[in-house]
Amino acid sequence: MDFSLTEDQRALRTGMRTLMERRFPRAALRAVVDAEGEAAVDRSLWRELGAAGFFALRLPEAAGGVGLGLPEAVLAFEEAGRALLPGPLVTTHLAAGPSAAGFSAAGAAEGEAVVTGLDAPGALGASGVSVVTQGTGGVLVEHLASADAVLVLGAEDAEVCPAKEVMPSAEAIRSVDPATPLHRVRGGGVRNGLRSGGWSSRGRGIAARLRREAALLTAAQQLGSAARTVEMAVAHAGGRVQFGRAIGAFQAVQHLCASMLVRAETARSVVYAAAITEDPGDIAAATLLADEAAIRNARDCLQVHGGMGFTWEADVHLHLKRAWVRAEQWQTVAAAEEELAARLMSTGAPCL
Amino acid sequence: MDLSCTEDEEDFRHRLRAWLATALPTLPPRPDPADWPARRAYDCGWQRMLYDAGYAGLHWPEDAGGQGATPTQHLIFLEETERAGAPYVGANFVGLLHAGPTIAAEGTAAQRARWLPPILRGDEVWCQGFSEPEAGSDLAALRTRAVRDGDTYVVSGSKIWTSHAEVADWCELLVRTAPVNADTPKHRGISWLALPMDAPGVTVRPLRTLAGTAEFAEVFLDEVRVPVDHRVGAENDGWRVTMVTLSFERGTAFVGEVVACRRVLESLARTAKANGRWDDPVLRRRLGRLAAHCAALWRLTQWNVSEAQRTGGVPGVGGSVFKLRFSQVRQELYDAAAEVLGPDALDAGEEWVVGRLASLSYTIAAGTSQIQRNIVAERILGLPKGR
Repeated sequence: MDFSLTEDQRALRTGMRTLMERRFPRAALRAVVDAEGEAAVDRSLWRELGAAGFFALRLPEAAGGVGLGLPEAVLAFEEAGRALLPGPLVTTHLAAGPSAAGFSAAGAAEGEAVVTGLDAPGALGASGVSVVTQGTGGVLVEHLASADAVLVLGAEDAEVCPAKEVMPSAEAIRSVDPATPLHRVRGGGVRNGLRSGGWSSRGRGIAARLRREAALLTAAQQLGSAARTVEMAVAHAGGRVQFGRAIGAFQAVQHLCASMLVRAETARSVVYAAAITEDPGDIAAATLLADEAAIRNARDCLQVHGGMGFTWEADVHLHLKRAWVRAEQWQTVAAAEEELAARLMSTGAPCL
Repeated sequence: MDLSCTEDEEDFRHRLRAWLATALPTLPPRPDPADWPARRAYDCGWQRMLYDAGYAGLHWPEDAGGQGATPTQHLIFLEETERAGAPYVGANFVGLLHAGPTIAAEGTAAQRARWLPPILRGDEVWCQGFSEPEAGSDLAALRTRAVRDGDTYVVSGSKIWTSHAEVADWCELLVRTAPVNADTPKHRGISWLALPMDAPGVTVRPLRTLAGTAEFAEVFLDEVRVPVDHRVGAENDGWRVTMVTLSFERGTAFVGEVVACRRVLESLARTAKANGRWDDPVLRRRLGRLAAHCAALWRLTQWNVSEAQRTGGVPGVGGSVFKLRFSQVRQELYDAAAEVLGPDALDAGEEWVVGRLASLSYTIAAGTSQIQRNIVAERILGLPKGR
């Protein structure tokens, strides 16, 4: 057993961090956030991510991919989360098709296509795509206006359909995260309103697996954000002077920062383990602890920043708002807790 | 990132399992928890069985009489023994995990030959004399004095929170050998001594804990004579010598408890199912959340062991992160247990309730959670020294 990162994995992480810092520095994030109107996906950045292998990371080399596994994908997504890189990264990565032979969306692997996701167990009927969402709240879809296609996850199957076919049944909401535009897709009236546009064949029986991978890669982004807010809090606490000394010398502030690190490192161990085992219980634990680490750390980071943390100008709120959005995507904390509870009743669960 | 075991490690696990299957049925019945001599005999009997089977001092270096096992093998050993329900290290905790490794790392050849083999065989039991009534979290403020008189130190003072003191043969003792002044900060001037517990002037008084049992003792030292050659490391260098020991304490010392956490949680779920409380989604989700935390404790352990293996060092910074989370989760587990048990949680005859009371020490012993956060803030995060 050697849980530590290999040399290659360290190099991948460094490479991804360098790419993010060069191609999506703070100024780029602020430009997205402060722009008038709905934030659009930066197509040239998307293609650059494609060229760097971000979307094709897990495709076999024979298929033009990088041929790596989920642990490497988790490291890449952790860096994206750290940089608050906007866009439907997870669904474009999944639509590049690493998870099922023959299932992919054209252009996703190369970063030519932007593929967002619609997670609705009632969405796929026997023939074609029909959005039948359960309940009245509808389903949220990110970056729909920028997207070329939508990865629709039904109860068992998955299918990719053109984004323009979803648009008529979607209404924009004012997203809490200025970098993640959201649409609400409601059911009922749009039954059988969509046609499969020939983007892919239907992926039979792969929805559960895609959901687990989506939850894990989202957790990896949460982890990256949680680790980043620790650094931000520590940097602020070390530099901000009150009462003649850095506020980081006060135990009340120190203990907030220490608890943040504990949350981030606890989440890290579970997220990495889940990437190796791909066990649903491990993924549920990763979802739960990474969501909690991202949200709680952003809150504590805000607190450490004091009044500055409450301003639009500071980046802290962007971490918190994105963490809220991600926590709502794929497996929620409540669902993860129920999944883990159910596993307690099945003896010999492989969690430990 | 690889969580699978190598062929050698799997082989080790299978041989260990096979041995445990034959060895455990030969154990005598467990002793009464209040009967300290019986507990010592039981724990030492188990240690002797380990010794005879070649499992004693697994993680100790070979030149100290250990097996020189890798951290992963040690982890497998702790995991498998706990799963099989083998006895806890018990009275041999300090010898095997604190005093022994310290002597192995810092002792002379003669000291290693004198003290290490009896620890491995389960012949001699050690206790720990670090904390004092006026030196808890601020351990370096300790005041027990050792005054040199020819070839002996004359030691006077008192120690507290000493487990197994009633039945120990030796005590790893921290004493002040140089007074604190302008030239000597409190971390200097401390020495590490091996104190024979039967020396004249040693008085042991059991300390009753809030659980109602005597798990610790106070040790009073009144002009106790300790030979100078019982000092490990240089005079006044005991603080550095001790740090080696403390980092062992925060490494793999809790592996058994982490494995136990999962078992406790599963049995709690079964109890809740049986008494109907499982139907309450709030409680169910609470247990699910604890399952995630238990899983994380295991992964953190694997992470720390791997990092220790990679860097070749003793477990370091990860230990404080682990200890903070572990102690918190362990207490939350018992709070959840109380919710499952309802009125039964007030019956001190229940094993759960005893465990709940004992768990109250976890955020205090071996460095309080507040001290651990100071360590994390200053040593890992690099924040300015606090006040």
